[in-house]
Amino acid sequence: MKISFNINGSAQTVDVDEKTPLLWVVRDLLDLKGTKFGCGKAACGACTLHVDGESVRSCSFPVKYAAGKDITTIEGLSSGDALHAVQQAWKEEIVPQCGYCQPGFMMATAAMLDKIPNPTDEDIDNNIVNICRCGTYYRMRKAIHRAAEIKNTNS
Amino acid sequence: MSASKSKKKGLRRRKFLKYSGIGLGLIIGGGYLSRHMWRRSIFEIAESAIVPYNGNLSPNIWFQITPANEIILHSSKVEMGQGTFTGLAQLAAEELEVEVEKIKVVHADTASGNIDGMSTGGSLSIATLWQPVREMAATMREMLKQKAAEKLGVGIADLKVENGVISAGGNALTYGEVVEGVTDWEFPDTPKLKEAKDFKYIGKPVARVDLHDKVVGAPMFGIDVEVPDMLHASVVRPEKIDAKLKSVDSSKAASMPGVIKIVEEKDFVGVIAETHVQAENARNALKVEWEINKSWDLAEVRAMTKVGNGKLTVIQKEGDAKSILDDAEEEGSVVKLEFNTPIGAHAQIEPNGATALVKDGKATVWLSTQVPLITLNEVSDRLGMDKENVNIIPKFLGGGFGRRLHTPNAVQAALMSKAIGRPVKCFFDRKQEFQNDTFRPPTHHIVRGKLDANGNIEAIGHDFSSGDVAFNSALMPPIAGTILGADIGAIRGGAIQYRSIPNIRAESWHVDLPFATSWWRSLGLLANTFAIESSIDELAIKAQKNPVDFRLSHIEDNEAGKRLRNVIKTCAEKAGYTDEVVNGRAMGFAASTDAGSPCAQVVEVSVVDNQIKVHKVTAVLDCGIAVNPDQVRAQVEGCIIMGISASMFEQMDLKDNKLFPVIYGPYQMAMMRDAPKEIDVVLIEGADFAGPVGEPPLGPIGAAIGNAVRRITGKRLTDLPMSLA
Ligand code: FES
Ligand code: FES
Repeated sequence: MKISFNINGSAQTVDVDEKTPLLWVVRDLLDLKGTKFGCGKAACGACTLHVDGESVRSCSFPVKYAAGKDITTIEGLSSGDALHAVQQAWKEEIVPQCGYCQPGFMMATAAMLDKIPNPTDEDIDNNIVNICRCGTYYRMRKAIHRAAEIKNTNS
Repeated sequence: MSASKSKKKGLRRRKFLKYSGIGLGLIIGGGYLSRHMWRRSIFEIAESAIVPYNGNLSPNIWFQITPANEIILHSSKVEMGQGTFTGLAQLAAEELEVEVEKIKVVHADTASGNIDGMSTGGSLSIATLWQPVREMAATMREMLKQKAAEKLGVGIADLKVENGVISAGGNALTYGEVVEGVTDWEFPDTPKLKEAKDFKYIGKPVARVDLHDKVVGAPMFGIDVEVPDMLHASVVRPEKIDAKLKSVDSSKAASMPGVIKIVEEKDFVGVIAETHVQAENARNALKVEWEINKSWDLAEVRAMTKVGNGKLTVIQKEGDAKSILDDAEEEGSVVKLEFNTPIGAHAQIEPNGATALVKDGKATVWLSTQVPLITLNEVSDRLGMDKENVNIIPKFLGGGFGRRLHTPNAVQAALMSKAIGRPVKCFFDRKQEFQNDTFRPPTHHIVRGKLDANGNIEAIGHDFSSGDVAFNSALMPPIAGTILGADIGAIRGGAIQYRSIPNIRAESWHVDLPFATSWWRSLGLLANTFAIESSIDELAIKAQKNPVDFRLSHIEDNEAGKRLRNVIKTCAEKAGYTDEVVNGRAMGFAASTDAGSPCAQVVEVSVVDNQIKVHKVTAVLDCGIAVNPDQVRAQVEGCIIMGISASMFEQMDLKDNKLFPVIYGPYQMAMMRDAPKEIDVVLIEGADFAGPVGEPPLGPIGAAIGNAVRRITGKRLTDLPMSLA
């Protein structure tokens, strides 16, 4: 079935089984590989992207629900060459190790900051519930606070 | 590398153990250094200068400089997050006299000939390449200077080399300009390397070379590979242990949407389809029957993994610990503790998988692997193809931790591609990752200690039992067990580091378990240190001594002892260690030495409603020269958090031959809320070489938490994952 949506600012129409998880549409049909597969069961957060600004675990999100929506993936988080505040902070704190979980964390963080511009440690604990096996949480927390700072200065 | 420091006592055994842990790398690291070897493997690729490292005449490449002035380091070590690419770039930059960011580090594919004879693991990448990479880079620089001198018409002594430019008088050439048109290179003797005081890049916290790509979500991982005309596949894996494939009914699956072919091989069945989702759906529709050899559950595995079962190797023996401890046990004066650690999963986030193209007598496989050479051998053996016709292209790993030392996915993808004549990508789902992991083996430990009249340890014994770590691993020759005696992975951290104790004995018992267990970051270190360092604290409590002073008083007077003493002292001071409970918070102390790198940690812990919370960790590591202090810190932080996860949350269960849980969540792991809010890392450079980093800090954390909990609650936790409920 044909499904249309906007992704990273451009209109797209895909012809695919409507139950297909959005993750595989994004990764394999649209070849945007920044959104990762980790578990396929909404348990790790590696596949996090934004649908109408909400953070969504795309491995468990049938593509039909994306119809007519605005999707943002890590590739669309920056605007052109200018990195998003979250990405800038991630760079400043040198967060990634293997890096595989990081797009999911950055997407989850970006969505949280839109709702909670100055998150407390508790906000972070409650909202950032992805899994990082390399154990970069310590730097991530610092980067999240830093991203809030950058974002608040910019706006 | 100075892997061995002479010891007064037990020299032979200790030396042997050290070498088997670190020395395998030494052979490779040292092997290709002689000038002679370099000369024999010289080759040129038109208009680029490539310096090989290996002795044979196949194209072995480390460095490449193109006329476009690209400086490329082809790394035979893979990047799995540990920062090796960055460290290698720094080593190379130092002698090449070029800025770190100008060096592009890529994975060497096996066709290039730059193949690591072992694996990326064991915290050995920088440690074993510390010298060779600098020597190769220095040689490369001298070669460039020779040609620059010719081109500029001056003597070599008149040249100045700085930031990738060679100049004399008013003339200057970039390295790209130097290599332009040159096809004939001469290899000088290996030049003298810079002294540490002159380092410009080594020892600086430069940003990771892969940082930008990882922040923008670049398609760099094994699972991201995209090849034109590619199909997707999904394979059946055993859901039960000790089971063999009996029969497959594929009638329903074959007619499902998108299915192109079903491939049946002796050890797996795979479905090839247009898309990944179609392949998985069809695979789930296969009716597979398994032949179960024997039924298993966790209790049986636990009963097998007991000190006294299986094969015994004494790995450490000083004085007469056994009879002293036996007597003490009889008269009731011994401190005796028993510990258990669970089956642990790797749980790296990128699942294992591979993309293969087998066509026209050639095979190419792209994947995340820690062992390109083993992957190469397995694919060429199974396909019956010469190795020259097989190319393994390593990609960035979405976590390694030992999980990618086994890569059956490569063979599976290759066989399916061969069957269909098109590229095939195939990776495990999460359930398969958990069920078919090569787990950290469960362990059992008995520690006994006896104090003398002055409250010092008179005798100590650590007896432990473990499944395979190094044994039955493709990394080790099949006869390794016979030659080595003990499983060199299981015994990591199993010996007692307090060598001035007069009577010491450590016994390793090895059992064969009915499922695959293997290398898991730090191998036996996590479990062994948990047992030993918990017991040392218990002995300190019995002796009514401060646990830091207590430890310090049992350290031998030699080079290794000096380094261990230094990290312990520094850590206690930095953390302001006290054995008193203040405002409901207690500190826990522990230390370990792994692969020659001592590490001490102090944790600050509270217990509320039986919930253990780690607030702060102070860690002191002596890894010798820290090539990149920031990334060494990152490794220490990562080890601490992975160690908290393994000690406090993680465990696999086994029932009716099924290993479970098979998903994150039920397989509980540390999350953001569990990570300490403060981690203070202090690096001590107590040696003049770059020593192991990526695993040693996993040692102390479990015991340190247990020791803190003991001080708050009076309860000694002896089983992982820890539970007070
Ligand atoms: S892949 Fe979607 S949550 Fe894990
Ligand atoms: S950086 Fe490797 S899993 Fe998070």
